Amino acid sequence: MQIYLPIADIPVNIFLVLGMGLAVGFLSGMFGIGGGFLLTPLLIFVGISPAVVVASVSPQIAASLFTGFLTYWRRRAIDFALAAMLLSGGIIGTVTGVWLFTMLRSVDQLDLLIGLAYVILLGTVGVLMISESARAIMRAHHGLRADMRRPGSHVWFHHLPLKLRFKRSRIYVSVIPVWAIGAIIGFIGAVLGVGGGFMLVPMLIYLLRVPTATVIGTSMVLTLVTMIAATILHATANHLVDAVLALILMIGGVVGAQFGARAGQKIRGERLRMLLGLLVLLVGIRFAIDLVVTPDDLYSIRHVRDL
Amino acid sequence: MRRLALILLILAAGVPPAVAERLVVSLSNHRVQITSNFTGEDLVLFGTIEPDKGKTTRPAGYDLVVTVTGPRQTLRTRRKERVLGIWVNTASRDFVNVPTYLAVLSNRPVTEIADAETRRRLQIGLDSFLLPQRIGPDVADTVLTDPFRTAFVRLEQDRSVYRESPTAVTFLTPAVFRAAIPLPADAPTGTYEIDVKLFADGAMIERTASALEVIKAGFEQYVAEAAANHGFLYGLATTLMALLTGWLASVVFRRD
Repeated sequence: MQIYLPIADIPVNIFLVLGMGLAVGFLSGMFGIGGGFLLTPLLIFVGISPAVVVASVSPQIAASLFTGFLTYWRRRAIDFALAAMLLSGGIIGTVTGVWLFTMLRSVDQLDLLIGLAYVILLGTVGVLMISESARAIMRAHHGLRADMRRPGSHVWFHHLPLKLRFKRSRIYVSVIPVWAIGAIIGFIGAVLGVGGGFMLVPMLIYLLRVPTATVIGTSMVLTLVTMIAATILHATANHLVDAVLALILMIGGVVGAQFGARAGQKIRGERLRMLLGLLVLLVGIRFAIDLVVTPDDLYSIRHVRDL
Repeated sequence: MRRLALILLILAAGVPPAVAERLVVSLSNHRVQITSNFTGEDLVLFGTIEPDKGKTTRPAGYDLVVTVTGPRQTLRTRRKERVLGIWVNTASRDFVNVPTYLAVLSNRPVTEIADAETRRRLQIGLDSFLLPQRIGPDVADTVLTDPFRTAFVRLEQDRSVYRESPTAVTFLTPAVFRAAIPLPADAPTGTYEIDVKLFADGAMIERTASALEVIKAGFEQYVAEAAANHGFLYGLATTLMALLTGWLASVVFRRD
């Protein structure tokens, strides 16, 4: 069944988009991420203009994240103090990101920048996650306990001023790296149409040493608010948010996320991180192939509206 | 001033037309509405060729070329090149104010209807249609073999928004014809001009024009206008929709 998208200006198969939402929602529930880094390339592949995709994926991610947020909130697994600090940096990052996105639309190299950013980000995060989880699996195999708080693992930014104690996460860190992480995630989310959860969770674990109990719920608060901000800013600045596309995606997404979350609880943490790392790396490799392999057609047309 | 115009009009009407034939056309639908189930539409243009009083239709028969042009836009054609192992758009050309939809429909190949000079002068066929490019400070159409022009026309043909169809016009009788105008699913919205040219013996003997409009209607129009005119409220509404969907899912699937 075809449905005409009012902003994307093309008809799409409603079940295909719903299915994509379901599949990505399943993975998002399983890994506690938004899933934008999977959904954005899928939708571009269907033929929707990249600018519309980046803008319309934000509300879909917000819907998935809000479901997850409510679940973690009921379990009291959210560190609101830490989330608030991340957010104050995140909003600045989002505003800068939407501004840059609007600027880049007038430059021909937006596709290239998005492609390169995906390759670098996904490749790095994927490799880091795989190697870390591989070590954790090895340790578990040899019967050793994972020790996150090794002596001497404090790096320079742990000595920065403005230290705060985050009670629920039981950490005592400077707010400067917290702000910086928030700003980076907000920025990347707005430019690439991804929530950034797949980067935020490892950053919080490895850089700030946030315990596993609160890390996913807390990261959801930041990604949720940046995605809400990105939706409103994209709608105001670029008028490219397709609400019909977003609605189909979010219906699939929230349903898939429920089943994904149940599946995720059955798998051990480090195995889950290994799977996510592999997935992230695969998507990164896919983008790299697109950049390197000779395209079918060297020519392409850009409509002025998309520029 | 108005009186002068009126006199001119009467004069013009009184003077017998130089052509021997009259062309009367009618379109099946002047207003194509894009609704949520729009997947493209085929329009039909009907027409008759009325010979002048006392004369009969020409024994050699007529040829007909219908050129449909959609709303005009500046489109950029880009070419990729390998830079440091990565494929990058390195060169680009802007096609200034070119139709976003262009269909050349005829009863036989345009090369058989008129000679190259006539085709060029009347812009008959995709090869002869003016597609001005911005090259440095100048705006001009290029030679046919220009790689950007070739690529542009080929890509637009792949998208079905440009087409040249030598069988789209059919003569039902020697003087009655119909032309099928296919609008693809992603037909751009706006005004489309239809230019009907009648040929006999390789020369144009009559010409008439018509127009159609492609507009978003109903829900599609409502959403598109809201997004364009009330961006902030639209974004807010989309956000609320997202939160509501997320909340509903958490209530429906709640287990604890």
